[in-house]
Amino acid sequence: MNRTPRLLAYALVAVGALIMLAPFYFMFVFATQSRTDIFNVPPPLFFSTELLDNIAVLTTRLPFWKNVGWSLYVGLMSTALTLLFCSMAGYAFAMLEFRFKRALFALVMGTMMVPAFMNMIPTFMVMDTLGWIDTHRALYLPGAASAFGIFLMRQFAASTVPRELLSAARIDGASELAIYWRIALPLMKPALGTLGLITFISSWNNFMNPLIVMRSAENYTLPLALRSLFSTTSTEWGALMAGSAIATLPLLVLFVISSRQLIAGLTAGAVK
Amino acid sequence: MSRRIPARIPGNWAPYILVSPFLILFAVFGLFPLLFSLWLAFQSWEPTSGLDAMQFVGLDNFVFALTDGWFWKSLYNTLWLAIVSGVPQHLVALPLAVFLHQGLKRWRGLVSGAYFLPYITSTVAIAMLFGSLFSTDYGLVNQALHALFGTENINWMRSPDAIKPAVAIIVFWRYLGFNLVLYLAALQTLPQDLYQAAKLDGASAWQQFLRITLPGLRPMILFGVTLSVIGGLQLFEEPFILTNGKGGADQQAMTVGIYLYRLAFDFSDFGGASALAWIMFGVIAALTWLTNKAFAERQVKA
Repeated sequence: MNRTPRLLAYALVAVGALIMLAPFYFMFVFATQSRTDIFNVPPPLFFSTELLDNIAVLTTRLPFWKNVGWSLYVGLMSTALTLLFCSMAGYAFAMLEFRFKRALFALVMGTMMVPAFMNMIPTFMVMDTLGWIDTHRALYLPGAASAFGIFLMRQFAASTVPRELLSAARIDGASELAIYWRIALPLMKPALGTLGLITFISSWNNFMNPLIVMRSAENYTLPLALRSLFSTTSTEWGALMAGSAIATLPLLVLFVISSRQLIAGLTAGAVK
Repeated sequence: MSRRIPARIPGNWAPYILVSPFLILFAVFGLFPLLFSLWLAFQSWEPTSGLDAMQFVGLDNFVFALTDGWFWKSLYNTLWLAIVSGVPQHLVALPLAVFLHQGLKRWRGLVSGAYFLPYITSTVAIAMLFGSLFSTDYGLVNQALHALFGTENINWMRSPDAIKPAVAIIVFWRYLGFNLVLYLAALQTLPQDLYQAAKLDGASAWQQFLRITLPGLRPMILFGVTLSVIGGLQLFEEPFILTNGKGGADQQAMTVGIYLYRLAFDFSDFGGASALAWIMFGVIAALTWLTNKAFAERQVKA
């Protein structure tokens, strides 16, 4: 490539990256502006001083910190259960022989193909039947043995856990479950980290499931709570942006710390 | 691969214990709901009237869905959004990935991270933010358009002509980086010696792109496009939140997902909504198959 077109291409890519990031910037700027200043002419381009006022509006309109707490709770529960269940199944599929293994694994892969909206109505009905409407276990339990997680764990275990180590442990008389817990699981730590990140983020962002099963504002997770502000007639934009910024901030921090691992994990199904 | 070293201790229950959480959760929250929704698709039923009120109606729900104007309208909206937001994603992501791969070694991680960030962000936060950016009177988008091109204010959220493009822009912005990362990962697997041989033969950068890069990326293009088709047809959250769960002015942003939700939870027609879900499952399967076929045939010609 010649010099000028190449420089032009660099400029284009840089401008593109700025356009991608600009909405985040404005989210944080708007979070510090009053409801009316957001729509000034010209629009506010820098931070102002209204952040605490906006948060005050949030906390009067919503049980806001409770909602944040529920989001954290559901995220952590879902992460812990997903790591346990997916590593168990993934390890078994990768390292052990048992009857129906192939058929069961085909089942796992098949569930990945089912579109999310297929489950919308039946999920509601199952939760209704179990009496789990408006409870948080309805949010973290159903997806806790996700096909994606099992697949990720199986791929990782198959490529990193040495079979000799397992055989040696068996000769020493270790039970199969102990081998999984004491030997395989520690070796699977990197993949557990990746899956944990992905699970927490998708639980934190989840909108459709809470929409279907949660009923009372007291029990809402953050996305539902924020949306309920949006539906009132005169939207408190400053407060809404402050809430959105608070919902986005943990993701930004996680992303800065672990973007490489996260991207690799999220695209793992594609590359392998 | 694992056949040669049998790791099984006969009569051991450990493998079944290890996969049992998956089996139980799948049976209760996966398989049963799926079968139940298939059964529901042939029933007339409102959830408030109790399970006894269920009535077998044969194919009525399917006939109703397929002869109902709303279904076709929502299918049209969904396809429109999938194409207008999906095609540009790939047209931008692929060249961008090639450029980053070849020219921007040191900054690649940072730049692709910037493009990827929208993908991991909460839909609700994003929809809220764009709701304010697209605001009619003094929203930032209208102000910027006015300053740059002198255009009149566009009523993005409430005019039937503008809501679809607004949603498409958000979806494009949200998923561009995901495709970029897919292509970057695929580029790293292409053999470098091919390029060196091509350079020795005096092939131009453009020729290298056409003859080596593009054919090498074909499997990933197929995969990425398939994901876009499947994801695009399921589009729900962005337009749902932006239009307050209603589908927007003149239902112009009502996707099949939103229609399905409204049919079930606004109009209590669980049978009809279940039939709709299965019809849509068929549409997605058919379009996925077509995508694969289209790419496979082009491969034969090349």
